[in-house]
Amino acid sequence: MVINAASFGRSGVHDFILLRASAVILACYTIFLVGFIACSSPLTYDVWHGLFSALPMKVFTLLALVALLIHAWIGVWQVLTDYVKCTSLRGVLQFTFVVTVFCYLAAGIVIVWGV
Amino acid sequence: MELSEQNVKKQRPVHLDLQTIRFPATAIVSILHRVSGVIMLFAVGILIWLLNSSLASAESFAGVQSLFDNFVVKFIMWGILTALAYHLFGGLRHLVMDTGRWEELASGTASAKAVFVLTVAFSILAGMWVW
Repeated sequence: MVINAASFGRSGVHDFILLRASAVILACYTIFLVGFIACSSPLTYDVWHGLFSALPMKVFTLLALVALLIHAWIGVWQVLTDYVKCTSLRGVLQFTFVVTVFCYLAAGIVIVWGV
Repeated sequence: MELSEQNVKKQRPVHLDLQTIRFPATAIVSILHRVSGVIMLFAVGILIWLLNSSLASAESFAGVQSLFDNFVVKFIMWGILTALAYHLFGGLRHLVMDTGRWEELASGTASAKAVFVLTVAFSILAGMWVW
């Protein structure tokens, strides 16, 4: 049995499901946001600020950032375990990427909080 | 050495001519899915910084808009949109494959090529949008 201490889920099946669940959330958020910007051209500050001052959009944004944390964690784990054979280097890289995405989440909370 | 292992290690034709070995479309889709995913890990940092600036005040929103006059900024945004679209189309293909469809050689190759075609189409649209 492979010991995956650095993975996100409790097992490969758990990772599999979490990866897809987070993917669906990220796909919905991406399509909505790109569609919104494309449809409201030219985009003004009032429209943009108004979008993010609504509670559902704040929740949607934070949901997407949590999904990103899960999705990136699992994705990075899959890529690193395939290509980086040196365990200590892999650990450092995994740590760095996960901390980075945690920072994205923290920044996102502060950003939408202030709108 | 076991008998079965001996059978496997018998003299067999070895094909290692790197000049003629080509990845199938499905393999290229797979590796680019990983590449685009890692690219977006960095891209999200840029996008969050832009989100912060665009929401802070009307002045900083105008500042973000004026950033887009720069060719390099346009090119980076176009690159991010292309990577995003590619990862999204490849991901949707994965979700369909989870249901047991497109798993045969022909359908797998066809759907892999469809991902490329869709990405190129979206990438051209995104380029027209950004410029």
